[in-house]
Amino acid sequence: MKCRVLKKDELGGLLNSLQKSYSVFAPTQDAAVPNKTVWTELPEDQLPLEHFVNTDMSPKNFLFPQTEVMMHFSTQEGTKPPIFSPEQESDKPRILWNVRPCDAKALSFMDMIFCQDDYTCDNYWAQKRDRTILAGLACNAPCPSCFCSAVDCGPHHTEGLDLLLTPLNGTYLILPVTERGNALIAHLPEADAKAETAAADKKIAAEERVTHNLRGFSLEKVEQATLIEMYNLPYWDRVSETCLNCGTCTFICPTCHCFDIQDETKAFQTDEGRRVRNWDFCMSPLFTLHTSGHNPRGSKTARVRQRFMHKLKYIPMKNDGAIGCVGCGRCVRLCPVNIDIREVAEHMNTGAEHV
Amino acid sequence: MFNPYLPYPVRISDIRVETEDKMLRSFELEFLHEKDAKAFTYQPGQFAELSVPGLGESPIGIASSPTEGEKLLFTVFKAGTVTSRLHTMNVGDVMGVRGPLGNHYPLNENEGKNLLIVAGGYAVTTLRSTMIWLHDEANRSRFGNITFIYGARTPGMLLFKEELDAWQKCSDLDCHIAVDFEYPGWDGHVGFVPTVIEKVTPKPDNAIALVCGPPIMIKFTQPVLDKLGWKHDQIFLSLENRMKCGIGICGRCNVGHQYVCKDGPVFTKKELDQLPNEY
Repeated sequence: MKCRVLKKDELGGLLNSLQKSYSVFAPTQDAAVPNKTVWTELPEDQLPLEHFVNTDMSPKNFLFPQTEVMMHFSTQEGTKPPIFSPEQESDKPRILWNVRPCDAKALSFMDMIFCQDDYTCDNYWAQKRDRTILAGLACNAPCPSCFCSAVDCGPHHTEGLDLLLTPLNGTYLILPVTERGNALIAHLPEADAKAETAAADKKIAAEERVTHNLRGFSLEKVEQATLIEMYNLPYWDRVSETCLNCGTCTFICPTCHCFDIQDETKAFQTDEGRRVRNWDFCMSPLFTLHTSGHNPRGSKTARVRQRFMHKLKYIPMKNDGAIGCVGCGRCVRLCPVNIDIREVAEHMNTGAEHV
Repeated sequence: MFNPYLPYPVRISDIRVETEDKMLRSFELEFLHEKDAKAFTYQPGQFAELSVPGLGESPIGIASSPTEGEKLLFTVFKAGTVTSRLHTMNVGDVMGVRGPLGNHYPLNENEGKNLLIVAGGYAVTTLRSTMIWLHDEANRSRFGNITFIYGARTPGMLLFKEELDAWQKCSDLDCHIAVDFEYPGWDGHVGFVPTVIEKVTPKPDNAIALVCGPPIMIKFTQPVLDKLGWKHDQIFLSLENRMKCGIGICGRCNVGHQYVCKDGPVFTKKELDQLPNEY
């Protein structure tokens, strides 16, 4: 598959032709809040933004909606079985345009969580994933809160993407990552060596810029320490003193994937309704509460520790070292009490060194 | 595409009140479709999500044994919204079952060994499944001595009385049933489960122990087994935690990096020694 070039003033034409067969979504400027971008369906003849701070909400919502109908049920007399019938998925294909590489890597990470083996294969996720094409936009100007390079990602990372666009002077260099991505751009002119070199230079410059945000981020010692050693670090009491357990970090996080399942019925009509799943979060005491009243993570310390240990120790232990964080920096930007996961990682790592 | 969240429709074919306080009922469930019954292949120690439309799901250990046929048995404590509704349901009502879920007691993996089975209170359910399975003629000869120790608060709180009577009459099963305190008419063991184990002194040689009971029983059973020379990789415990998906995704039942719903519920004591006490 060959790299292609697209003149920036021809982007509108390409998108218009894609919109004939796909719904195209992209980060657009929020109408009310300056410098805030939100994922919306791109109206025809509107160009996507090229320079923007990443959206507050990650695009995980497209594949794992904040609330999602899983099935309908009916136990009314005369109802023929099955009493549970699954929600039918729409099959309209869609393109997420200008996905940041960190968010694409997060979706690829979530593939591993939602589809682990023959039995643990979440059909709701898998079906949406199949009909969603990811066209990435390389990050040439990473934010001060980004630390993608520290967690096996990067500003031009291609994992999870179908295409990667690198903005150059007046053109985009488009790198096809998958066959289905390539099919969308195969008609464009091939890129020359000069364009490819320019994109490579942008990549080096962007990576260089991210390095300034890393503050010596390392999980090496965390990896070597045992789970119990990490679990028993005195540091957890300290970081939990600041935490409000508000859960903001979990909702905006592109890799957080915990959910709840609830049945919904109309009032006084309990024999018919639907089963839905909603995003849930480990900061809530209810999340783990047993019916008996016993709570395995009854303290705030236990819940804060769960979030960081899950991402930085439990997931790597279970998945050959894969880290449950892509360094998008959203939680750093949006935590109301300024808890910085880079700092937490640093404390975990130095803590691990001294156990 | 296979939908792991979609319950099989089942009909309640029998209900039995198990205990004197009427808080435990056993529900016998039959599949509405033969193909679902065939698809539901399980082993002792596994659990399933009981699905009451309109209220939700509750993870419950399977009390029946696959050797008993296609009907499933679940003994349910009336505790939260789903189980309370279940307790008001009648024979003939239709509901859902999703599973089987989780791992199982490693029986086939330990062929030829002696078995110590320790149950406390209503955690005995999956061990009923185990006992029935072991006592099946296809399986009994493949194992050595079977020692079954089961304790409840009072004689009226013992589950599966018919089965207990039958097992006690079997010469190839060593059954010890206990209640916490002296009780008029009770001639079995008196005392807590750990005390009974101490009295019975099961030997750890060429053996595994399956232990399921309330945390307090587990806590006091461990030192007794330690004293009798049992190694931590010989002891298998079954855990429970709040669950939703049951397939290792939704994130609430984990103990360290292990999910009770998928990697468990059965863990060795040795595995649990490496994990935090979040259960």
